[in-house]
Amino acid sequence: MHNKTIAELIQGLQGKEFSSEELTRHYLERAKRLDSTYNSYITLTEDQALTQARAADSRLASGDAPALCGVPIAHKDIFCTEGVRTSCASKMLDNFIPPYNATVIENFNTAGAVMLGKTNMDEFAMGSSNETSYYGPVKNPWATDCVPGGSSGGSAACVAAHLAPAATATDTGGSIRQPAALCGVTGLKPTYGRVSRWGMIAFASSLDQGGPITRTAEDAAILMSVMASFDPKDSTSIERDVPDYTADLNNSLAGLKIGVPKEYFGEGLEPAVGSAVEAAIDQYRQLGAEIKSISLPHTGLAVPAYYVIAPAECSANLSRFDGVRYGYRCKDPKDLSDLYKRSRGEGFGEEVKRRILVGTYALSAGYYDAYYNKAQQVRRLIKRDFDEAFAEVDVVLGPTAPSPAFPFGAKSKDPVAMYLEDIYTIATNLAGLPGLSIPCGMADGKPVGLQLIGNAFEEARLLNVAHQYQQHTDFHQQTAPGIE
Amino acid sequence: MAVDRSDIEKLAELARIEVSEATIDEVAGNISDILALVDQLQAVDTSGVTPMAHPLDAVQRLRADTVTEHNQREALQANAPATEDGLFLVPKVIE
Repeated sequence: MHNKTIAELIQGLQGKEFSSEELTRHYLERAKRLDSTYNSYITLTEDQALTQARAADSRLASGDAPALCGVPIAHKDIFCTEGVRTSCASKMLDNFIPPYNATVIENFNTAGAVMLGKTNMDEFAMGSSNETSYYGPVKNPWATDCVPGGSSGGSAACVAAHLAPAATATDTGGSIRQPAALCGVTGLKPTYGRVSRWGMIAFASSLDQGGPITRTAEDAAILMSVMASFDPKDSTSIERDVPDYTADLNNSLAGLKIGVPKEYFGEGLEPAVGSAVEAAIDQYRQLGAEIKSISLPHTGLAVPAYYVIAPAECSANLSRFDGVRYGYRCKDPKDLSDLYKRSRGEGFGEEVKRRILVGTYALSAGYYDAYYNKAQQVRRLIKRDFDEAFAEVDVVLGPTAPSPAFPFGAKSKDPVAMYLEDIYTIATNLAGLPGLSIPCGMADGKPVGLQLIGNAFEEARLLNVAHQYQQHTDFHQQTAPGIE
Repeated sequence: MAVDRSDIEKLAELARIEVSEATIDEVAGNISDILALVDQLQAVDTSGVTPMAHPLDAVQRLRADTVTEHNQREALQANAPATEDGLFLVPKVIE
């Protein structure tokens, strides 16, 4: 059962080949037996999962089954879940039990899905390797001495190790796409505002966006149809109808214009990653697409602009963690100032503190114009690059990450080297555009990710372009060594 | 721009984060590296470019001023480190 896609599981459940309880028990048993190797879950929610599965079985029996009735899903531990500890992989929230569900969780509940548990991640979603988690790093199923990417490393690894058929994730600068690439799975970051951020613990509010990590583009389309919604509770949610994301999957790619930005193939790209992406370009040519070389001239400025904007927004968002209303409080504070400083100093990890301090610097008196305002201006230049590209092409194609999975410790002591891991994904967040990563080959025995970027609200087209590729290749069907 | 120990002390005070004496030089080094990365922005000519606060240039949506939330103080305070009679407790502020 654990080798089936979501599409196959829906058929199996509705065709009574197996019950949701059997399926859920199977996944829970696998997770309990195998996850000590990967550390992809922070919390397994066995009791709730079985209760949800039995309720789903009743609905399946009565013929009143919604879209994902009885399908088990893992959720990134950034989405608030009522009555279930939501830690954001931080000591700060190690004891936090939300009294409400995130809208994304409510959407899955309405669709009849079953929650298997909460997945590991970089602390507060800040990291590209999962090494900043308070609960220890996640191991890459393809090479357990290597990182799974981040921040949604637990979601990507648990899908790659078949410990969940799919998982939710979030992406602020690449946190869905880069771990999907490094773990050989499919990940979609939707257009900014397409998926509600209500109850999704905030990192950088103008960039954060939730999306699915799955084994296939078809599964991502099925999950997107559930995750996406207009939410009055999220003031940045876009009031726009949610399409059926599976409707266009089988469209032909004949005549599709694919833009390949020359800036995504320069210095820093590992040659084996470049060759895998070139081979994917050839595959698309064979499928009838027209390949055009394009330029996104401000690409090199995306990482610098991001490391002003994201820390600035993070320093404002994380000011709510003060040791007073919820979360970690230091022992024996001598006064209120000591309570704030030590609760935050002891409750946050090093990378989170670093970003808060950088953000505080960028927003402090005398520096606001030089840093924050300047970065917002450069952000518009980056967006204009994409506007000009999409006047000529339908989608943009390139690598997701410059290299395959790297060993633990390789970049953790050098923040700037780690930041450059997101060199091809960050511009998409700054421009608010949808981006998707699918496996397209191997380098050094580890998966390579192909990134597709679309114009705003063009998720269905990206999923179509990815699905057609997966109909003619089998990289998405390869499983890591040792996964039975 | 490079930052030194005194800059980190000032930032730590503004952000209300304790930075231990043992790590302060390392933190200053890391933050200087990050600022060197972002200083690449200074070389870009952005004259006349409107700063972009929202990727889709959407504006804040307003709602009717009606009551939509009910009081759930007890549920919310269940997560608090210390409360009394519905209030959050902190160390004494006023002598």
